Amino acid sequence: MKIHEYQAKKLFNDFKIPTPKGDVASTPDEVKKIAEDIGKVVIKAQIHAGGRGKGGGVKIASSPGEAYKIAKEMLGSKLVTHQTGPEGKTVNKVLVEEVLDIEKELYLGIVIDRSQKEEQPVIMGSSEGGVEIEKVAAQTPEKIVKVSANPVGSFSAYQGRKIAYGMGLDKDGAKKATRLLNNLYNLVIGKDASLVEINPLIITKEGELIALDGKINFDDDGLYRHPDIKELRDLEEEEPLERQASDLGVNYIKLDGNVGCMVNGAGLAMATMDLIQLAGGEPANFLDVGGGASSEKIEKAFSILISDKNVKAILVNIFGGILRCDRVANGLIEAAKNLDMSLPLVVRLQGTNVEEGKALLNDSGLKIEVAQSLDEAAKKVVSLAASEV
Amino acid sequence: MSILLNEDSKIVIQGITGGEGSFHTREAIKFGTNVVAGVTPGKGGQDLDGIPVYNRVIDAVEKEGANASGIYVPAAFAPDAILESIEAGIELIVCLTEGVPALEMVKVKKALKGSNAHLIGPNCPGLTTPEVGKIGFMPSFIHKKGGVGVISRSGTLTYEAIWQLTELGIGQSTSIGIGGDPIVGSTFVDLLKLFKDDPDTELIVIIGEIGGTAEEEAAKIIKGMDKKAVGFIAGRTAPPGKRMGHAGAIISGGKGTAAEKIKVWKDAGITVVDNLTEIGVNVQKVLKKG
Repeated sequence: MKIHEYQAKKLFNDFKIPTPKGDVASTPDEVKKIAEDIGKVVIKAQIHAGGRGKGGGVKIASSPGEAYKIAKEMLGSKLVTHQTGPEGKTVNKVLVEEVLDIEKELYLGIVIDRSQKEEQPVIMGSSEGGVEIEKVAAQTPEKIVKVSANPVGSFSAYQGRKIAYGMGLDKDGAKKATRLLNNLYNLVIGKDASLVEINPLIITKEGELIALDGKINFDDDGLYRHPDIKELRDLEEEEPLERQASDLGVNYIKLDGNVGCMVNGAGLAMATMDLIQLAGGEPANFLDVGGGASSEKIEKAFSILISDKNVKAILVNIFGGILRCDRVANGLIEAAKNLDMSLPLVVRLQGTNVEEGKALLNDSGLKIEVAQSLDEAAKKVVSLAASEV
Repeated sequence: MSILLNEDSKIVIQGITGGEGSFHTREAIKFGTNVVAGVTPGKGGQDLDGIPVYNRVIDAVEKEGANASGIYVPAAFAPDAILESIEAGIELIVCLTEGVPALEMVKVKKALKGSNAHLIGPNCPGLTTPEVGKIGFMPSFIHKKGGVGVISRSGTLTYEAIWQLTELGIGQSTSIGIGGDPIVGSTFVDLLKLFKDDPDTELIVIIGEIGGTAEEEAAKIIKGMDKKAVGFIAGRTAPPGKRMGHAGAIISGGKGTAAEKIKVWKDAGITVVDNLTEIGVNVQKVLKKG
């Protein structure tokens, strides 16, 4: 799960990581009021995407009047960055903060490294802050210092010193950075974060270390034990159909093609998308209904699938193990009737009770093509989608 | 022959009295699996169809000689169940549970390093050795005994591959779903090493997907093996930055794409299948070439 910068900074403060003075606002009047308290401010659009600066989502205002004007333009507008796609994202909130004198920009991050060598949190620091860390890693990897952390023990000061001196800090800076890293590490462990980044971490003219930006991703599997974090989810940031699907407990991801698909199992769902492309079509979505889907769940998943107006034909691919094919067939028949489905539907069933499932579909009187093989099903659905256009 | 699950395996099911646990225990017994005990804390002294239930894994080890475990408990209790199995000296631990936090798995992996246990999963379909037994969800009818070892990060996609083999008359030594999480117990690398030393595994089918570096790590092992491998990677059409069902199936920072993985596998000499429906026939071809 992703959260906004302003939410990340509140969590930083909870863990004693310093951030610039400021507050979040959703109206120009609120922005003006914050600017009256602070003076010269930076106004930052709060969306779940990087590249906000280049996209015009970070602006400086020298007076409260100017802050009001900038906020009026920014709030409610669509911000387009290299990560949002061409349609952009609506700015519903802005973060208004004091402008600081920057002496140096650094990078700090902690990520759960899944490579077999690590399989644990890894702390990273770099003297090259303010640019994308992937770029630093590709061009000047020697400027990144890494140290493996171990959540069984606690954070050790030497790990912080290794990073801090590696980033070229002096004695005072290293002391502060070590303390800050310890706090950041506690945030990761305490809240099941899968990634935390401070980029840049700045050193001010006065020698203070401050998190000028903040990004935190959480492990979805850890959310059950952090209700406070779960509350930070911003539904506005999610694709409406994906949000509906997640409420229903199925995995759905919207794509750009016109061949809809419904599959049981994540791996098979991905492989089915690939097969549609191999047959010359483009998948409209990823949809995994899971291993134990009920008829009712299948019907609901189906309604999400067909609310995507790009979908011209649908492929259902089920390998029944625990999920019995006759149950799937009943779900499909109910869905097609109740939703008054007019789109061509190709079904491939394999596994437990496959003959019963096929018979149900064939006898339903509905416009359902029952394919004998998966390959045949993919070719058929692609040609049906093409002829519907 | 087989790896991990064999004629000597005596299985204890942790969470045997729950809905999932009892259903799959009965399925496994029908398949011929030697389930010797169950564990549900607080229900010690009861039984499931005559299988004794204990409060602790150690009791199942001492009284019934259990040396393998299957774990069907909710995510919040699964790490504890794994640690209990490790501590009791269980050699094969299969955790089917979905939704275990990654940081819990970090702890579990530290505990595994100091033990002789092999953990499969979590968030996996389990493993099957045909004509011996199964721990997990794999449908019983898909298997046939033979010489192909199957390893995969997926569930139903694995069934698909196994079924293609069986339909062509090609049997399997052991089939294993390692799980779709970022950090899993046994990795491709760990299991490839076991298949490499198994005299009855002639060829390996390996099924990967987008995200992480497990496929790249596997390639290094396969390159040095004298056994042939046929591979498939799911997610060529997956968009970056989206979690494709499995917690681990995500292209992040432009890394972990199917294209990268396919290239690495081809360079390692793996026969990479483009069309999911042609895994079986490709295995047949490679076996004929010898």
